[in-house]
Amino acid sequence: MSKYKTHEYDVLIIGSGGAGLRAAIAAKEKGAKTAIVCKCLLGKAHTVMAEGGIAAAMGSLDPDNWQTHFQNTMFGGKYVNDWRMTEIHSKESPDRVRELEQWGAVFDRTKDGKMLQRSFGGHTYRRLVHVGDRTGHEMIRALQDKVVSMGIDIYMEFMISHLLLDDGRIAGAFGFFKDTGKFVVFNSKSVILATGGMGKIWRITTNSWDNTADGISLAYFAGAELKDMEFVQFHPTGMVWPLGVKGLLVTEAVRGDGGLLTNNKGERFMEKYDPKLMELSTRDLVARAINQEVREGRGTEHGGVYLNISHKPSAYVKKKLPSMYDQFLEFADLDITKQPMEVGPTCHYMMGGVSVDPQTQMSTTDGLFAIGEIAAGLHGANRLGGNSLSDLIVFGRRAGSAAADYAKGMKSLPIIDQKEIDEHKDWLFSFFETKSDCPPSLVHTKLQDIMERDVGLIRDDEGLKKVLSDLDSLSQQYKNTYLEGNLQYNFGWHIAISLKFMLITAKIVSRASLERKESRGALYRKDFPKAEEEWGGKSVVIKNKDGNMSVSTVPIQPMPSNLEDYIKKEKEEWLNKQK
Amino acid sequence: MAEQTKVKFLVFRGTEEDNTLKEYTIDFVEGMVVLDAMLEIQAKYASDLGIRCNCKAAKCGSCTAEVNGMPRLMCKTRLSSLPVDKPIVIRPLKAFPLIKDLVSDISWNYEVNRKITPFTPKEDCDWRIYQDDVDRVQEFRKCIECFLCQSTCHVLRTHDKKDSYFGPRFLVRLAGLIMHPLDSIDRTEHVKEQAGIEYCNITGCCSEVCPEKIKITDNAIIPLKERTVSRYYDPLISIFRYFFRKKK
Repeated sequence: MSKYKTHEYDVLIIGSGGAGLRAAIAAKEKGAKTAIVCKCLLGKAHTVMAEGGIAAAMGSLDPDNWQTHFQNTMFGGKYVNDWRMTEIHSKESPDRVRELEQWGAVFDRTKDGKMLQRSFGGHTYRRLVHVGDRTGHEMIRALQDKVVSMGIDIYMEFMISHLLLDDGRIAGAFGFFKDTGKFVVFNSKSVILATGGMGKIWRITTNSWDNTADGISLAYFAGAELKDMEFVQFHPTGMVWPLGVKGLLVTEAVRGDGGLLTNNKGERFMEKYDPKLMELSTRDLVARAINQEVREGRGTEHGGVYLNISHKPSAYVKKKLPSMYDQFLEFADLDITKQPMEVGPTCHYMMGGVSVDPQTQMSTTDGLFAIGEIAAGLHGANRLGGNSLSDLIVFGRRAGSAAADYAKGMKSLPIIDQKEIDEHKDWLFSFFETKSDCPPSLVHTKLQDIMERDVGLIRDDEGLKKVLSDLDSLSQQYKNTYLEGNLQYNFGWHIAISLKFMLITAKIVSRASLERKESRGALYRKDFPKAEEEWGGKSVVIKNKDGNMSVSTVPIQPMPSNLEDYIKKEKEEWLNKQK
Repeated sequence: MAEQTKVKFLVFRGTEEDNTLKEYTIDFVEGMVVLDAMLEIQAKYASDLGIRCNCKAAKCGSCTAEVNGMPRLMCKTRLSSLPVDKPIVIRPLKAFPLIKDLVSDISWNYEVNRKITPFTPKEDCDWRIYQDDVDRVQEFRKCIECFLCQSTCHVLRTHDKKDSYFGPRFLVRLAGLIMHPLDSIDRTEHVKEQAGIEYCNITGCCSEVCPEKIKITDNAIIPLKERTVSRYYDPLISIFRYFFRKKK
């Protein structure tokens, strides 16, 4: 018997965002004994901050189809996407959206009573199903109600700090309740990581406090392969002022609904960068354009550019963008129906993550699955707006179902190694025994300084190498970080644990960026400013090998000709431009 | 306001049994909200501060506390809206049991939520829904479940009627279900008997603290009260029931 309280499950899901909840529903429907553990309270995951909409080729307004969605996503991802995932995503999104409606989500409507869809960057047609600018919140509520009504076990405010293995395959997870500090072992046949992103490694970010790269680190130490970690999306439009909200998301829907970007000379500068798509170009391009305008002295007072929607009727703005209206009024004393906003790039999303099987979302570690932002593949080198919300429900469902099947195939529960748990628990306690004058928040600040300096929109060999050496010394300092108080709801302790996740992930991102010697999508290397055909055929893979970080490249499987036909013309045009 | 450089806070620290209001002083930065101040205090002076926060954008509803006695979202409360010449008092929500520092145990709300039958669509509907028919419902669905209304409602806050009243948040959820054009369930009895709508005497305090500005009393509770009244207290029906009641 274990000395810790132990719960047994077929499927354990870590994370209660859209992907985690959708996976739980699918696993439970298959009869698996299912539980969700989440760091936050139920219904507060980062998905609630998603604003613009869910991309799905429903064709409510335009003659949309999955092929066009596929083509747009591949173009946005600059052709290094896992094409099979992109295909599945384009085909299955509409059904998953309809499901949400049947579970109670109430989306905005067209005149004839269908789900209304809006324009977004990189999408040919009006494709994003939405509710004003709070679509993620609506998705979470619908899924949350469904999960609760199905009687799925939920462990709230519970932090997983370690994944357990049994001879190389997953055996469960270990962690503690935040309110009491009580340790619990989950012995589970399969584990699904749905832990979201890593934005908190940067200072200027749209991400919530929980996005501390937990899943990347958990997967890495469980031996799973990570892929495409160099591709980090900087959203072009975050608030730049006041300081307290710097980085806060200004939804792309502002541009989708007619917002215009101008510099301090009043020029619509996107004409220079992408005269065809203008404001609705892909996010990587718009972010770099804004960055260039500001660097070349055409920025605003607070170091951004203007985003203006005040030419639209006030009632229209308030109906379509109610959160944005409130956000600027409350935080910046600015009425967006009358004045332009000031915006600039902000760390938003990781395209890379755990390398997964496109059908089942299983990682290279047996029994460990990954979904949503933490899974790599769908978005390639740059994600299109709206594709993340549909990603959650399409692959959440697939993984939940596959994990339940995987568990069914196992005769008995995997074996838990008590020694492994004891060692890990000693580490959790170690922070309270150290004596130094370095609190965890200071390490966090230094980490953010390093990342903002050299792992932002623009990177190069010199900067990345400096980052790697700085991270090494910061990791030494981290070992001596000290804590006050006890295990009960101790914010400092939670940061200290998260710092392990963030430090290793920062290193992974930097190492992967150094490896890819070209510029593609969200990765811009000053020393290799063009995309190289050779790099278009491979992905950077990172893995923990006996305590060392191994970095390699693997070839991308060739696409079948029927899919190739959909993207051929655009791809050639884009490649020619690179020469 | 411009000359204000330091702001003093009195922050509740400790547990139910052992607690104190501890003083912290921080530098004032333009645009600062209460949550910025608490996170700075945590980083610099109180590493083990118990605090709940997540999105820092007024979208998740986690960072609730009582700021000078008013239940608020800390991330949405600008320092410039407070009398910063005096110390600002930050306490945990009063209506719920305390865990530690600014964190209270709000699990009761999740128990109540489980008692509500979820959206149950009519069979064979074609899912054509018109915007005019869902405008009301969409207002209720804006709720971010911060539970400030629950902590303000005097039925829960002062009289602690948690055993017989769901509170404003869940009447809002019920209103959203009842007014959904495709929901098939008759929820009026549930609203009266289990949710205890009659406890509400429409003082409107809940609407005042709602960060999403949902008109909880006017748009959700009063229409639900009207439904219960016409079902259970219609005078004509009462007379009818009186004369035609079954003889015992």
